Amino acid sequence: MARKWGMVVDLDRCTGCEACVVACRAENNVPTVGEDQAARGRAIHWIRVERYWEGEFPDVRLKFRPILCQQCDSAPCEPTCPTYASHHTSEGLNAQIYNRCIGTRYCANACPYSVRFFNFYNPVWDKPFHLQLNPDVSVREVGVMEKCTFCVQRIQAAEIQADAEKRGLKDGEFNPACVQTCPPKAMVFGDLNDPESEVARLARSNRATKLLGELGTKPNVTYFEAESWEE
Amino acid sequence: MSEKTIAQINEDLLRPVLQTTRRFWIAMLFLGSIVAAAVGAFLYQVWNGIGVWGINRPVFWAFDITNFVFWIGISHAGTLISAILRIANATWRRPVTRCAEVITVFALMIGGIFPIIHLGRPWLFFWMVPYPSERQIWPQLRSPLAWDFFAIGTYLSGSLIFLSYPMIPDLALVRDKVTGWRKKLYTVLALGWRGTPKQWHRLETGMHIMAVVIIPVAVSVHTIVSWDFAMAPVPMWHSTIFGPYFVAGAIFSGIAGLIIAMAFLRKVLGLEEYLLPIHFDYLGKLLLMMCLIWAYFVFSERLTVWYGNESAEMAVFWSTQRGAFAPMFWTMVFCNFIIPFPLLAIKRIRNTITGVVIASWAIVVGMWLERFLIIVPSLSHKYLPYAFGSYRPTWVEITILVGSNAAMGLLYILFSKFVPIIAIWELKVGSHKPVFVRKQVTVIRESGGTDPIAAEPGLLTTDI
Repeated sequence: MARKWGMVVDLDRCTGCEACVVACRAENNVPTVGEDQAARGRAIHWIRVERYWEGEFPDVRLKFRPILCQQCDSAPCEPTCPTYASHHTSEGLNAQIYNRCIGTRYCANACPYSVRFFNFYNPVWDKPFHLQLNPDVSVREVGVMEKCTFCVQRIQAAEIQADAEKRGLKDGEFNPACVQTCPPKAMVFGDLNDPESEVARLARSNRATKLLGELGTKPNVTYFEAESWEE
Repeated sequence: MSEKTIAQINEDLLRPVLQTTRRFWIAMLFLGSIVAAAVGAFLYQVWNGIGVWGINRPVFWAFDITNFVFWIGISHAGTLISAILRIANATWRRPVTRCAEVITVFALMIGGIFPIIHLGRPWLFFWMVPYPSERQIWPQLRSPLAWDFFAIGTYLSGSLIFLSYPMIPDLALVRDKVTGWRKKLYTVLALGWRGTPKQWHRLETGMHIMAVVIIPVAVSVHTIVSWDFAMAPVPMWHSTIFGPYFVAGAIFSGIAGLIIAMAFLRKVLGLEEYLLPIHFDYLGKLLLMMCLIWAYFVFSERLTVWYGNESAEMAVFWSTQRGAFAPMFWTMVFCNFIIPFPLLAIKRIRNTITGVVIASWAIVVGMWLERFLIIVPSLSHKYLPYAFGSYRPTWVEITILVGSNAAMGLLYILFSKFVPIIAIWELKVGSHKPVFVRKQVTVIRESGGTDPIAAEPGLLTTDI
């Protein structure tokens, strides 16, 4: 059976340290737009940590939720693209084909999670950051939509390596940058179609929830709600 | 008008085409420089990137798509109204049809530009076109934007035919009046019209077919435009009411646009004896009906959302009712209902052209606000509160908006310079009481009766 990539995020473990955000930027050549543009809402973060305060003062609680592309099985972003730039791969990823994107931005409007990002200007890397670009990831030009890929370059590399060695992929053999970096190990990545994988096992847990699952987008990212076991 | 002779009609209606005043050149210069500024703003945007607009995440669409929907709405002035009035055989329509049909064609051209210039990479817009490319990729036909492309293409070509077909006899009339390079130009444009009974018959049949065909096309176009929003799971976009709501709003703003254009033509071209108060009265009644329908749609939309009390939708709802967008929302209600309703409902006011024109200006402004309020509040309040946003336009977007209005004025004035803006032959048909008709030249007319013009040898040829 074809692989189907998925992720489980345990919100009880997330400390909101944002190491995943930094790792993602470094891995995926995510451009920094600068203060002014960020203030105008043009910042690009393929993964972000949303921070919510709950309750009334003084009884307040802080909750973090890392939000990245949910790689939906029934993704609203895909059919809305008039040029097939937003495309569903055979391994269940919502791929964005940068070269095919003409920048209608309709996919970003249709995405309920607001995890699609637009290049309002051509990206620039101030010195010395231009020296740290990842050669495995293409740089996106002005007018193009971009988003989390589940580090598809790492998936490809691992699959090619495994094929060359004539073996299957081992669970946890590789991870996206965010998962690899997460200090409290709040994120788990793997093949949901492999019932033995850790991610598949966790996704079956009764703590598993989907973000905005009621919209019928069928996300492949599963959240363990914070303190859901207390209730 | 019945007391006007044919020579007088020719004289009055051909004057704008044959004589060029200084006022014409001043208007051209003024509007032309605004359009040039808008083109400059667009080139500035292409050069620097679309970041020079005020759009951001999550408000990825704002002025661009507002203008698009607004102009496509205005385009419903013409072809649809003219087609309905033709089919209903409303004889008062005769001086109105052409000025309405022209609005359709130009508003579609202007509206159709916005989806192209709003692209991140506008130079690649042709990827929307299904053409055999070496990469063997077609447009994604599941996308409402691809539907838009075909819907607007169909409506534009249909409207062009609908406009140009009944222009032929008038172009032939101009051909016979002018000399020099104009003679050559109009000889080509008149397509060899000689005014034979056979040609009249074909013209009538063609107009009948087009009038019937264009109505479903017009309705489908604005329904598909509404689906750009209704198909996406965005709070207060994902609604079944959007199709008819948009069509009603389009006809509403379209009639208002037509009334403004007619009032302008009446003054500037001295057509007081052709565009009569009764035309404004009748169109005012239509406008009143659309005003009520529009208010009904807004009420049903708002009530169901409020009663449903779904959290994501309520965030959008309250932002428009009493939040950041409330001043715009209540201005819209004021412009689209509170001002026009009494002006149009009270007969004494409706019978003054000024009253109807004031109502129309209010409606045009209100309908632009309505389109804006459909797009921006929803996008700035999508499900996750952490990703809420806001929007403020930049000078680039404002220049392009003003430029699109100037472009409409420019094209309209240019058109009335080249083609009689009132269909001369239709007026002549209307100005003749049915007389004895020789059987061999009888032409079936839309009323099902016989054609009075066939009995008038002077009208069969165009050199009167």
